Amino acid sequence: MTADWPILSVTIWLPIIGGLLVLMSGDKAPGVSRWGALLIALLTFALSIPLYPGFDASTAQMQFVENRPWIPMFNVNYHLGVDGISMPLILLTTFITPLVVIAGWEVIQYKPSQYMAAFLIMEGVMVGVFAALDAMLFYVFWEAMLIPMFIIIGVWGGPRRVYATIKFFLYTFLGSVFMLVALIYMYFKSGSMEILAFHDLKLGMTEQVLIFIAFLLAFAVKVPMWPVHTWLPDAHVEAPTGGSVILAAIMLKIGGYGFLRFSLPITPDASHSLDWMIIGMSLIAVVYIGFVALVQQDMKKLIAYSSIAHMGFVTLGFFIVFIIVSRSDVHAGAVLGVQGGMVQMVSHGFISAAMFLCVGVLYDRLHSRQIADYGGVVNVMPWFAAFMVFFSMANAGLPGTSGFVGEFMVILASFRADFWFAVLAATTLTIGAAYTLWMVKRVIFGEVTSEGVAALQDINAREALVLTSLALAVLVLGLWPAPLVEVMNASIGNLVQHIGVSKL
Amino acid sequence: MMETILLAIVLAPLTGSAIAGLFRNQVGRAGAHWVTILGVGISCALSLYVFYLYAFEDAPVYNESVYTWMVVDGLRMEVGFLIDRLTAMMMAVVTFVSLMVHIYTIGYMAHEDGYQRFFSYIALFTFSMLMLVMSNNFMQLFFGWEAVGLVSYLLIGFYFKKESAIFANLKAFLANRVGDFGFVLGIAAVAMYMGTLDYAEAFERAPALAQTSISVWGDQVWSLMTVICILLFIGAMGKSAQVPLHVWLPDSMEGPTPISALIHAATMVTAGIFMVARMSPLYELSETALSFVMVIGATTAFFMGLIGVIQNDIKRVIAYSTLSQLGYMIAALGASAYAAGLFHLMTHAFFKALLFLGAGSVIIGMHHDQDIRNMGGMRKFMPVTHWTFLIGTLALIGFPGFAGFFSKDAIIEAVHESRILGSDYAHWMLVAGVFVTALYSFRLYFIVFHGQGPRRFEPHHEAHDEDGGAEAVVHHEVHDEPLPHESPKVVTVPLILLAIPSIVIGYMAIGPMLFGDFFDGVISVAAIHDTLGEIHFEGPMGFLLHGLTGIPIFLAAAGAFVAWYVYMRRPIIATDLVTRFDWLYGILDRKYGFDAFNQIVFAGGSRLLGKFLWQVGDRVVIDGAVVNGSAHSVGWVASVVRYLQTGYLYHYAFAIIIGLLGLLSWFVIR
Repeated sequence: MTADWPILSVTIWLPIIGGLLVLMSGDKAPGVSRWGALLIALLTFALSIPLYPGFDASTAQMQFVENRPWIPMFNVNYHLGVDGISMPLILLTTFITPLVVIAGWEVIQYKPSQYMAAFLIMEGVMVGVFAALDAMLFYVFWEAMLIPMFIIIGVWGGPRRVYATIKFFLYTFLGSVFMLVALIYMYFKSGSMEILAFHDLKLGMTEQVLIFIAFLLAFAVKVPMWPVHTWLPDAHVEAPTGGSVILAAIMLKIGGYGFLRFSLPITPDASHSLDWMIIGMSLIAVVYIGFVALVQQDMKKLIAYSSIAHMGFVTLGFFIVFIIVSRSDVHAGAVLGVQGGMVQMVSHGFISAAMFLCVGVLYDRLHSRQIADYGGVVNVMPWFAAFMVFFSMANAGLPGTSGFVGEFMVILASFRADFWFAVLAATTLTIGAAYTLWMVKRVIFGEVTSEGVAALQDINAREALVLTSLALAVLVLGLWPAPLVEVMNASIGNLVQHIGVSKL
Repeated sequence: MMETILLAIVLAPLTGSAIAGLFRNQVGRAGAHWVTILGVGISCALSLYVFYLYAFEDAPVYNESVYTWMVVDGLRMEVGFLIDRLTAMMMAVVTFVSLMVHIYTIGYMAHEDGYQRFFSYIALFTFSMLMLVMSNNFMQLFFGWEAVGLVSYLLIGFYFKKESAIFANLKAFLANRVGDFGFVLGIAAVAMYMGTLDYAEAFERAPALAQTSISVWGDQVWSLMTVICILLFIGAMGKSAQVPLHVWLPDSMEGPTPISALIHAATMVTAGIFMVARMSPLYELSETALSFVMVIGATTAFFMGLIGVIQNDIKRVIAYSTLSQLGYMIAALGASAYAAGLFHLMTHAFFKALLFLGAGSVIIGMHHDQDIRNMGGMRKFMPVTHWTFLIGTLALIGFPGFAGFFSKDAIIEAVHESRILGSDYAHWMLVAGVFVTALYSFRLYFIVFHGQGPRRFEPHHEAHDEDGGAEAVVHHEVHDEPLPHESPKVVTVPLILLAIPSIVIGYMAIGPMLFGDFFDGVISVAAIHDTLGEIHFEGPMGFLLHGLTGIPIFLAAAGAFVAWYVYMRRPIIATDLVTRFDWLYGILDRKYGFDAFNQIVFAGGSRLLGKFLWQVGDRVVIDGAVVNGSAHSVGWVASVVRYLQTGYLYHYAFAIIIGLLGLLSWFVIR
């Protein structure tokens, strides 16, 4: 299906060009850059919406395809397109960005035009990552993503921002270098940079394992998976609220997306033979990180660790597929696992964004993220407390919120793979509730503990708008996930079919 | 038509809750109670109509979906309703008690902050509980299951400034989550082996799987049905507060009294009993699971009742009583006497709600003092409360003719007839429990309503402190407080309305529910487990007369007598017993050590483990050795290599010469 106009290009370039314009508007009139940025972000969101109704959910084919030569000498093309896996993630990106712009409205007084521009450019680049069907194009967007995020943390970040940015940059850069090598190797083998061509590329076991590990380094760092997760808490703690939101809500998803777009279909045999490792790392993420989250003193760190644990469900859902497929010819449960992982990614996009925004609301007022500095917030900020409790419940996977859907699907699927996988995954019901609600108890409930808390003002209309939008998204996805699940069905079914066939 | 009615039943309270909660400033206090009472009232009226249709008009079973939640991988998850006599009974009980509690709350919360919030929560609870009982599938059951848990969390922590309240609500949520951990695995097992989450389909496919076994650990092979049933039952142990997941229920008394009546006595905590009864086609396939259920229930029934004997907080006595009575219901389920469990659930809902609301009325009279040592002689000041409370007490201990008599006797008889493993133990536990029930019930009744007092209002009153101050008694300056007086109509009318079924419902319902065809086609009992069928039943009067010759009735009488003798006639005995049996008192006072164990091992252990994994795993190993380690080694290499780049030309020239010499000599020596 193709629209009359290049919808994907517009979604990529409108925010990038808009971002440059906002940058040029300078800081003389911050109002101009704020309103300009909001306008562009909303316009991008509006223009990306036709992706959903225009999408044909009955096929796994790439849709809204744009393909023109870019560097003909190397057979590199400007090739864009979406399927059921990437389309929801693009909508997630365009939905979150306006909220980030609004959330940073008055909060960012230092160089607001550059701040807004960084986020707009970031948006376009991330959409590019999801939409690229050419590996070179993908790689360019992938690396380009680092720059705005590097700037966001480095300029508007906290006191230890330099350490955090370097750690963030080195970690992610190190991972992606190996990916580049793998991509170039496959280019020489196939003579093309088409990702879809890589899917059908015949590869021997050794090649597959090496390529798998190269991808793993890139994607595992992004997700992030245990044990390459330690950059995330540092990056979150130092990042400004908006940076944390984009990081948690979208950038982490790019790692998960990479597994589905590259690792699984390109190296199915290696993925199968190494699935125990990924499953092990995922389960460690769920359990180990859950306990680590429990003892955090810093709210942002706690949510960052909780993100790692939740993303463990994503990779778990993706890799139990191999065990289920190898068990029987009937792939019942395999699709459920991958679908669960995808739903978890979208849901985590909403919930983690909301949780970081909630912490941001408190931080803007009291300039502390330490749990110990709060207590009894509900007494002075009742509406805020209601939002915070709601999102915390969603974070703890309460049915009726989106947080439940993905976890439930992955637990159901992992039971089919192995009883004990399901047991370990299900511990999140208790641990997840423990770390989230214990934080709520200490921050929100109780007597007002300090003069600082006593002077807090409840959320204003701007903050309420942002949190309400996310609350509705969390609720709708939780009460009726069918619309999301349906658009992914064909693509994921096709993927599972594809990885069930050995390349050897 | 039916679908419209059912949707109205669930959505009316939800709407009321949303209006009272989101527009609390616009609707005000009166608006909030009117809108929620209207919502729950509609729901109650329609539920009673539905009950009428199913109980008397033989309406066909309704099983339809409302909308499709998602279809994935051949697994269809829907939101829908299954209405049969079991559901209809639960709907009627839930909405009726809920309506009473709504009205009562107007009086109880009259001077409290957060009035609108409270009404919003209890209406939301009604919605959640209805979604739970009306569900036709496991997914929605789990939704309702967790949603009632959420509201319970919010309401236990209603007084969010109180440290004990916000500790209790966290504890409650986590204990329930431990149960849900098992529950969700049980659902996963159903989804995997039966390929559906729909009740009707699952029950249809279950018998074919009765002989299936799965290996979960090495060569250990377990029966699939046992695994499924026990996993699901772990969920029930959380929600219905069975040992060892019962720890949250006594603490839940931190919430306002109306919700103790509604959520933590009459409805939510019975969700586990409802669930097991609903799943009777599965449980009948596993005798091991039934034994497990029965032993857990009987253990809870006796040992939790014992703790009730030494409690001094009026609500906690009733809370331990609730634990014990839930144990009776669970034990009945284990004996395959599902109907008896449900029957006790229903009678208990009425008389326990009555007792809690009566206790609340006393608490109002006592100016929110809950310590029974400060009470006494309340019958003079609160006649309606006194009489209704007495009715509730008699119903609870199983006084012949009252509601609890029929339901409890039926359970004991059924467990007696049971032949599965553990049934002898269970039978004696339940019989002994009858004595304990009468003892703590009448101890409470006598201390609160009879004797001198109320001691709180006496000049120079010193609170009794003979138990070593386990619970510090706050000594009030109370001389200027007005004496207690009877509570307002909004409080007493619900008491009277609940007292009526507490007397008559047992006599009326035992015939059809236990020995008639009321639950035909709803609950399935295998022929070899049919314990209720073993009981010879000749009408309620015959049952009553038969009961008069049994052991339980004498034990109940003995319990009541001992309570009177020890606490009224010779109060010195109580003190004496405490000193003589201080080891026993210590065990009971520590509630068998469950709380301390959880606090140290689970809470403390988790924090220690978390600290270790964070500080050692993340900080030292991953960051210290690997990440910063590699950065350091790069730095070290660089610092060494740096010496080679001095910038002096003669250094480089010298190096070139040495290199050349070295190379030459290597060639030569080779």
